[in-house]
Amino acid sequence: MLRIDLHPTHTSKDGKYRLRVGKPLPFGATIVPGGVNFSVYSRAATSCELVLFNKHEDKPCCSIAFPDEFRIGNVFTMVVFDLDYENIEYGFYMDGPFEPREGHRFDHTKILMDPYAKVIGGRDLWGKTPDWSDIYQHRARICFDDFDWESDHPLETPVEDLIIYEAHVRGFTKHPSSGVKHPGTFAAIREKIPYLKELGVNCIELMPIHEFDEFENSRTSPVTGKLLMNYWGYSNVGFFAPKGGFAATGKFGMQVDEVKTLVKELHKNGIEVILDVVFNHTAEGNERGPYISYRGIDNKTYYILTPDGYYFNFSGCGNTLNCNNPIVRNMILDCLRYWAADYHVDGFRFDLASILGRDQNGAPMHSPPLLESLAFDPILGKCKLIAEAWDAGGLYQVGSFPAWGRWVEWNGKYRDDLRKFLKGEPGMVGAMAQRLQGSPDLYQWEGRGACASVNFITAHDGFTLKDMVSYNEKHNEANGEGNGDGSNDNYSWNCGWEGDTQDPQVNRLRMKQMKNAVAMLLVSQGTPMILAGDEMANTQWGNNNAYCQDNEISWIDWSLLNKNRELFEFFKKIIAFRMAHPVLRSRTHFLNRDYVGSGYADITWHGARAWNADWSLNSRLLAFMLCGKHAKCGKVVDNSVYVAMNMHWDMHGFELPRLPKNLFWHVVANTDAASPQDIWPVGREIKLENQFEFLVGPRSVVILLAK
Amino acid sequence: MDPKFSVDCKEGMAKVELCGRLDATNAPLLQEELKKLIGQKIAHLVFLAKDLEYISSAGLRVMIFAKQKIGVDAHAYLIGAQDAVLSVIKMSGLDNFLTIQDTYNEQ
Repeated sequence: MLRIDLHPTHTSKDGKYRLRVGKPLPFGATIVPGGVNFSVYSRAATSCELVLFNKHEDKPCCSIAFPDEFRIGNVFTMVVFDLDYENIEYGFYMDGPFEPREGHRFDHTKILMDPYAKVIGGRDLWGKTPDWSDIYQHRARICFDDFDWESDHPLETPVEDLIIYEAHVRGFTKHPSSGVKHPGTFAAIREKIPYLKELGVNCIELMPIHEFDEFENSRTSPVTGKLLMNYWGYSNVGFFAPKGGFAATGKFGMQVDEVKTLVKELHKNGIEVILDVVFNHTAEGNERGPYISYRGIDNKTYYILTPDGYYFNFSGCGNTLNCNNPIVRNMILDCLRYWAADYHVDGFRFDLASILGRDQNGAPMHSPPLLESLAFDPILGKCKLIAEAWDAGGLYQVGSFPAWGRWVEWNGKYRDDLRKFLKGEPGMVGAMAQRLQGSPDLYQWEGRGACASVNFITAHDGFTLKDMVSYNEKHNEANGEGNGDGSNDNYSWNCGWEGDTQDPQVNRLRMKQMKNAVAMLLVSQGTPMILAGDEMANTQWGNNNAYCQDNEISWIDWSLLNKNRELFEFFKKIIAFRMAHPVLRSRTHFLNRDYVGSGYADITWHGARAWNADWSLNSRLLAFMLCGKHAKCGKVVDNSVYVAMNMHWDMHGFELPRLPKNLFWHVVANTDAASPQDIWPVGREIKLENQFEFLVGPRSVVILLAK
Repeated sequence: MDPKFSVDCKEGMAKVELCGRLDATNAPLLQEELKKLIGQKIAHLVFLAKDLEYISSAGLRVMIFAKQKIGVDAHAYLIGAQDAVLSVIKMSGLDNFLTIQDTYNEQ
């Protein structure tokens, strides 16, 4: 039966298009039989026009005013028939008051992008100099929602069983040494799937893949003469669209399919996908910034404004998204639901998540509606929700981020404490005991469990692992900010020389320190995250804030893989070790007692003497033993594991805890031994001749398994 | 109207000759033609693409549609595609339902 409400009722003024009133939901552009449904919200606009362009053309081909009768409440909605939806770009003219003190900054001469745009044109090719005279820089397009997922679905791997690999889409394969067909793209990541599988990671966390403007704040470096760009992408043009410049098919506008294909392929290979999402600010900057979308559509709704109508800056980037305004809250929910449902994404990492807990005046809230909505959302119910639990406005909420039992956090304290312990600082054994156990000091009080902690030593912010053992100080001169940018609290140690050196002793120590770091990370309770490239000792030459470096500084150098094969093998084997032993992957915190009758508590602490850790200020020695019979709260039987960490500059004997008669300690890893004796594959651990004591070398980590 | 394709069906093999552009403007027409094949017993669905210069999202979707509707059991081929067309298909990853060949070889 043919429906009559899908037939046109109006015609545009120029006679070219037939129209009818649309459906207010969903927002954005939706293909309906015969046409496209456009819907946009604005509370304060007095009128709205839909502007259409033929793709890439300078001037619009037409502009269709929304008739009065096409407005429902605060939503303008219209179906336009007979559109060549593959070849048009659309935008809006919005008219309304320009009264900044009241929060309104309407400008009817600006063409505004749809906040719900699912495909955005204008930066189709990364780095291609835009036409700055273009009156509509970031152009909304219409996309096909369909995609043959076959039987694909999110993997729902328990968070404690993940090994997260943080990567930048472009930086991962852009370097010529990567050997891929389309460097720096989503398609290229597919080519590297066999590599990821070999390494053993089962989750890739991609730095922002939403549409952003790489030319934002672009300038020439006064030091290197190179063009500095917005390379990392922590700046949002459109929340619903994948970045065209990251797609091999970007020039054809097929980035949506390319990303979906990537997710499907990763899932087929057992690898989850987590997206880094940036809901704390947009690319429009403050009152001096450009009109891309939100400012001209409904400034007062989208931004946290001062009483005078200026922009609060809790993000450090010019403006702050008004996340707890109900409209914006719904937009964020719609956005995440879209990525979860349409792209089968497994989870999200929220940049500067503390901003999501600020109210419409900027004050931190005790029970932020947005975070609560996210925690209980039905569609996001199985998604990982990872918070970077701080912001640039003074909020630091590691351990106190409003969680409702669902959120997990980037544990910044883990990073700092592990780095200090690693470099041999005094007074760290107490803190390390907390970090190795999944930080109960931070997460136990709300019953959040060890799995609430995402443990990491490195991330895109800060030094790479190689640089953390090669530099005492940051070297960000190439960023052109006089080395004033980037963190000063690196807790790094250069092992005796600043930067590159031929000294074999320094290099050997650096290699050992990197192995120490990753060994401790992978035997800690909680979810480990590693930075892409660390496994091959990738360097940024001491730049700890390479956000603007679209060049060899931040591109992973794949030729290092062969040079540093020893390190890659260590990473691979320690990851395999973690995955083979559930005793390392508890969901909940240890009870520090024996509740299965094995004769050993679930976790016990040791030092140079068994059963006696030295917690004093000058102690740099710590060991722990996990009782295998307590694995996964006693539900699974695993081997017992013993880890000795000697961060002192001298060798020390560690008395080993006694095992029951039929079990013997075997060595899994000893970072003091030369490769390939530094670590043994699962199942091929070497039985110790001396079952009573192990001589742990200076600055070394030893892992033993009871068999 | 000059259709940029022809559809020919004989003895269980459907041949679709593509040329010029296949995009949102003419894809629906091709889709209508292909719909006529639904229900017929087709074992091989062959897209001849040596004269196809450009294929868009919409064009690819018609090919997928044809494969899905005309027969899960039918074998779909893309013959003689130009480099530009092949790379789009491979980069977007929408090629998993096709056997790609230079000249037709029955599978």
